[in-house]
Amino acid sequence: MSILVGRDTRLVVQGITGREGDFHSRATLEYGTPIVAGVTPNKGGQRALDGRVPVFDTVAEAVRETGANTSCIYVPASGAPDAVLEAAAAGIATIFCITEGIPALDMLKVVEVVRAAGARLIGPNCPGATSPGRAKVGIIPGSIHREGGAGVVSRSGTLTYEAVQVMTDAGIGQSTCVGIGGDPIIGTTFLDVLRLFAADPETDAIVLIGEIGGSAEEEAAAWATEHLQGVPMAAFIAGRTAPEGRRMGHAGAIISGGSGTAASKIAALEAAGIRVAASPMEIPAILRAAGYQG
Amino acid sequence: MKIQEADAKSLLLAQGLPVPGWEVVRSAGDARRAAERAFEAGAVKVVVKAQVLVGGRGKAGGVKVAGDADAVEAAAAAILALQIKGIQVRKLLVGPAAEIVREYYLGAILDRVSRRIVVMASAEGGVEIEEVARVNPAAIHRLGAHPHLGLLDWQARQLAFAVGLGGPHLREFAKIAEGLVATMLVNDADLVEINPLAVVRETGPDGMAVERLACLDAKITLDDSALARHPELEALRDLDEEDPADREAREEGINFIKLDGSIGCMVNGAGLAMTTMDLVKRAGGEPANFLDIGGGARADKVAAAMRIILADPQVKAILVNIFGGITRGDEVARGLIEARAVQAREVPMVVRIVGTNASEAGALLEANHFATASSLDDAAAKAVAVAGPAR
Repeated sequence: MSILVGRDTRLVVQGITGREGDFHSRATLEYGTPIVAGVTPNKGGQRALDGRVPVFDTVAEAVRETGANTSCIYVPASGAPDAVLEAAAAGIATIFCITEGIPALDMLKVVEVVRAAGARLIGPNCPGATSPGRAKVGIIPGSIHREGGAGVVSRSGTLTYEAVQVMTDAGIGQSTCVGIGGDPIIGTTFLDVLRLFAADPETDAIVLIGEIGGSAEEEAAAWATEHLQGVPMAAFIAGRTAPEGRRMGHAGAIISGGSGTAASKIAALEAAGIRVAASPMEIPAILRAAGYQG
Repeated sequence: MKIQEADAKSLLLAQGLPVPGWEVVRSAGDARRAAERAFEAGAVKVVVKAQVLVGGRGKAGGVKVAGDADAVEAAAAAILALQIKGIQVRKLLVGPAAEIVREYYLGAILDRVSRRIVVMASAEGGVEIEEVARVNPAAIHRLGAHPHLGLLDWQARQLAFAVGLGGPHLREFAKIAEGLVATMLVNDADLVEINPLAVVRETGPDGMAVERLACLDAKITLDDSALARHPELEALRDLDEEDPADREAREEGINFIKLDGSIGCMVNGAGLAMTTMDLVKRAGGEPANFLDIGGGARADKVAAAMRIILADPQVKAILVNIFGGITRGDEVARGLIEARAVQAREVPMVVRIVGTNASEAGALLEANHFATASSLDDAAAKAVAVAGPAR
């Protein structure tokens, strides 16, 4: 079945005629994911991606004409919050916001509205999600995947690619890989994704890739203790050597007031019985040691 | 971005919060003249405070109170001679010292768990709030402001009662708490702290003592992602405290943080950059920096990153770790080749490029005699080996 993206994904790309939107949408189409529509205001009626995709002025129109149910946003930071709100208002169920550098207070307001609309936002500042062999939304390279049963959830981009590549090389395929984004205010948390994986009959192992800052990994660990007993799991936490008080690239990756340290996250995960890899390369061995056969 | 206390106070003042007057000076002589003006205006004592962007000024001797102009001048000279946590003191805030009756803490932060602006208040003010949180967490009262409605009047009153500021100061406190949240919203701050917020005793126009609330210290951190729409706030960046390498990195759009080790790291993606540092440490080395060239970096950005890394004299080896997604491996390889041709000094380099266009990158690197590595762990081990033993 997979989570968030799958065989029933009908994708609309907001910002499809921009450089990023065009580049990544081509890879998405190549992966076999149906992009049913693009949206760029004032370019309605045109066709994007060498004529393969109709462009609409508004998301509402795209939904009405094509039945789009998932959106991927490449709109620049100044317009991205509005793009998310437009998608939610148009009834899009699952909204991926790839855009980086959106002010946090904007997202605070946006997340509140998206919640009230009953939609799900993934990101911002996230690489998207791939359900190997089924669908890919966002910028994760399709080539690193293999079909299988391990769910991957991560706050990072390229670090996720490393972990997934290592799993693929070791013969461990993935049900869905989700990048939830590196910002302090995001629409979907680790815990939200764990709940989805727990309910997905095709996900039979989980890899959690966290980093310093916040307490999302600790919350996920506490929930896993209660609800994921018997599910083979592995984790990795980036930032063991990060200094306090410095933002490590991601706006959300900062140790402040002694909280959000890698040590605290590793301790919480280990206490939940989840082994934490010292290097992403150890993830396959940890899954195997946890009894994973897939 | 952190801003200085004096600038933070200006932002509070702009929202109508009660902040005692101050001047910012750069010399002991100017401190003396500012103090003389304060004494003339009726101050009994004057406070001199180092303006640096690090915490712990008080403990480091960066805050002094003096009762006459000579003493102020001496205090200012002493503070200007200090380095606080490695930062040379260059500026001082000088203003009337308040007669403090009681200190409180009031702060607003962006809380990622509840996805709210959380306002915190405590009757234990004047000390580090992290310390209160550790020793007596129940002494901190918190509530979330609605993302669209802000802090409501009843919420502000609730906080006032919780910290014992009902009675004569209720309205005053509620106005300050609402102004605190307004300061956050108007400036796109992710932290606004008033510590201490104090009940101070003053002499009224009739010669009678009056008590009122005043914001005696202020700390504000601004959201870097929002600075583009606040050019007036960008102008508050304290270039005195910014290292030249940090400045170049910021201007090039490179995420860079200098550390103390000997192995320079160049990576794409923040999570992978942290991981690369961690693996260098695990392999027995010490990373010299965190450096993320970002997604889609081209040859010129790679060259800039190389300059920034090599500007650190402690760097004895460089580890380049690129997982190409948006970033094309061959672009990075070309950037490395160009950078090496013009670099100021020769240090051994280990390069790992995987993902998009990795094979083209590999061919370029091989033709130009770069040492390469295939796996993450292998790359870290090779970099540590060529850098020699850690200090």
